[in-house]
Amino acid sequence: MAQPKIIVVGGGLAGLMTAIKVAEAGIPVDLFSVVPVRRSHSVCAQGGINAAVNTKGEGDSPAQHLDDTIYGGDFLANQTPVKNMCDAGPGIIYMLDRMGVMFNRTPEGLLDFRRFGGTLYNRTAFAGATTGQQLLYALDEGVRRFEAEGKVNKFESWEFLSLVLDNQMVCRGIVAINRNTMETRAFRADAVILATGGPGMIYGKSTNSTICTGSAVSAAYQQGAFYANGEFIQVHPTAVPGEDKLRLISESVRGEGGRVWVYKDGKPWYFLEEWYPKYGNLVPRDVATRAIFKVVYEHKLGIDGKPQVYLDVSHLDPKKLQEKLGGVLEIYEKFVGQDPKKVPMRVFPAVHYSMGGLWVDYNQMTNIPGLFAAGECDYQYHGANRLGANSLLSCIYGGMITGPSAVAYSKSLEKGAEAVDSSVYEEALKRELAANDKLLKSSDTVNPHDIHQELGDTMTENVTVIRYNSKLKKTDEKLQELLEKYRQIYVPDVGNWSNLELLFARQLSNMLQLARVITLGAWRRNESRGSHYKPEFPDRDDANWLKTTKTKFRGANEEPEFSYDEVDTQFVKPRPRKY
Amino acid sequence: MSQTIYLKIKRKDVPNGESYWEEFEMPYRPSMNVISCLMEIQKNPVNAKGKKTTPVVWDAACLEEVCGSCTMVINGRVRQACSTLVDNLSQPIVIEPMSKFPNIRDLRVDRSKMFESLKRVKAWVPIDGTHNLGPGPRMSPKDQQIAYELSRCMTCGCCLEACPQINPHSDFIGAAPISQARLFNMHPTGAMYADERLDALMDKGGLGDCGNAQMCVEVCPKEIPLTTSIAEMEWEATKRMFKKLLWG
Repeated sequence: MAQPKIIVVGGGLAGLMTAIKVAEAGIPVDLFSVVPVRRSHSVCAQGGINAAVNTKGEGDSPAQHLDDTIYGGDFLANQTPVKNMCDAGPGIIYMLDRMGVMFNRTPEGLLDFRRFGGTLYNRTAFAGATTGQQLLYALDEGVRRFEAEGKVNKFESWEFLSLVLDNQMVCRGIVAINRNTMETRAFRADAVILATGGPGMIYGKSTNSTICTGSAVSAAYQQGAFYANGEFIQVHPTAVPGEDKLRLISESVRGEGGRVWVYKDGKPWYFLEEWYPKYGNLVPRDVATRAIFKVVYEHKLGIDGKPQVYLDVSHLDPKKLQEKLGGVLEIYEKFVGQDPKKVPMRVFPAVHYSMGGLWVDYNQMTNIPGLFAAGECDYQYHGANRLGANSLLSCIYGGMITGPSAVAYSKSLEKGAEAVDSSVYEEALKRELAANDKLLKSSDTVNPHDIHQELGDTMTENVTVIRYNSKLKKTDEKLQELLEKYRQIYVPDVGNWSNLELLFARQLSNMLQLARVITLGAWRRNESRGSHYKPEFPDRDDANWLKTTKTKFRGANEEPEFSYDEVDTQFVKPRPRKY
Repeated sequence: MSQTIYLKIKRKDVPNGESYWEEFEMPYRPSMNVISCLMEIQKNPVNAKGKKTTPVVWDAACLEEVCGSCTMVINGRVRQACSTLVDNLSQPIVIEPMSKFPNIRDLRVDRSKMFESLKRVKAWVPIDGTHNLGPGPRMSPKDQQIAYELSRCMTCGCCLEACPQINPHSDFIGAAPISQARLFNMHPTGAMYADERLDALMDKGGLGDCGNAQMCVEVCPKEIPLTTSIAEMEWEATKRMFKKLLWG
């Protein structure tokens, strides 16, 4: 077989790590990204990356990290991949250090570690409060080095439209469009890795970047890839509400001593510390978010009667704050106009992360041969709730596994993509051109942004922290209405140069389909686990629901098909989750 | 604060087309930034004359000033659109694309030359491989604090936009890549290749073309000490030049 060729879609931490691993194996890799890879959403991560390096004399270990992660995920994750991730943690941090990430240091010049949510150990390495940015830049620089050596070919400003599947439903490449020239092209590859991040834009406003639509993953799902645990959406407890976005205030603020409170009977009430004496302000995110919801909506104690609570660092040393949290405090100051070193910040929970994603096996391959997934867009590592600082780890670990896995798969093929008939690619291309054409020729009247607004509003109201079956059912009906309404959209720009409105219309269709997966998955799961909470079924029900949700697309107007898989619980026996 | 916001936006449909101004108005809401104004136009693409038009095209991603995407010239000053709050702007708000980069469309420009510059100065640490080789070299907290500030460069382009040496008659590489070279020269492993980076900066378009206008440090949204970096690298380059002269 000729030299294999691999395509990576997505230039965040997972995509870049995959590309580096493939390049190290001597296989050419084409890396696609809608934005210059250095601007990927990974850049927004703030607080840090976990590894049980145990330099604080606490007796930390990967086994403890595994326990914290599985417990934090309410036992839903398959434990073998999580164990492997925790074991690999220290090696990954060391690699990043060697690559030049400017992690904060201890007085002796070693990497410093701080405490994060859902653990009692200091195992989070950090670079100020902009850790995601520094990690992304280090991997971006590693890829640029390979690019200069001709090992990686970057296609920046290209957007994935769909997979190329041959007659045996094997993945043989992708179809993508250039966001400047609008050139649409089919690309051959022996393996394709999707590393396209999360779907926050489905909720309208979230902590995600505007490019986090879940569109690529939804397209793959509509072509037959299973989507798993879609109903598990993390709502981060502390974000700053805004016109255009909900801006994240990192968990590390609480890690460094920040305190959450509201006024009660005229005095500050540190409700997380009172309700959770052991973990205090560092309970896992779902627990903190539900507590804040309770205080605001049940106790009606929101600051100034609004949905907001205080996150306070004004009692901490300003110099230490600058060193360890500078970037995040800057965001608050720039966008709100107040100095968090002097006054408490006003925050409220916001949609933040998807634990669910494309189903993958332990080699990160989806059910479609030749299609792999890594990073936030896979479902593999976080169960029903993700611990803070585990995402940067899982993205990079996922990339480290997926690269070699895709290389091994590519080399094992009897018939490579080179031997696939060109008609397969021509048909895929024709299909995408027709879809674009149809949208551009529409003379209908509905603005896609209006549909997006309705989508975001309904999902935010009904499919986040507190879920009721009747509301979920109604939401799915609303989604079907919106899919119907979508048939009447027009694209506000019909030009053929840098037409981002056309691309938004394509993303919107995919967002609507994925929203149904999330909503119906939530409707079906009659228990509460991790981030999924139903007052009608307030307890965890392992007997019936210690299972991975698997969703299969049945057609644009059909209800998706749901099935449930057993979960591997061999290392940490399920126990009640009480912080 | 007036209840209506007025915007004047410099648009261009295709790279070799003519620029033109288009005006928009919309209701004011507290906490609006320039991004949310552009989003309003997307929802209602009608200009101030009541004529239907195409939504303004712009680059954005993170909306919180860490990705560097949304750089544009607003009321004459180059900055990130996301962190530019309407409350702090005089009306009408004049929005233009950066002029020092090839225009793609409307407010979108092509900044790939900045990424090419990063290749020129070898802006990476050349590790042996991603396999586990144990801990990296130690670094003092003091050095880390300085280097960390340099590592926050998001390649936004503000420094190049503001720099008078970035023009059609000059090959000047710009402040950002110079500061990045300094960053990698500070890392214990990166320092092993400091000479290569200095050589790149002593070449055409390098340090010699800095005119000391010091506009870069004024406009950097991350307040990176760019002029300090340039001065530092000029000193290192001078030492290297003498070393090469005297000892070959």
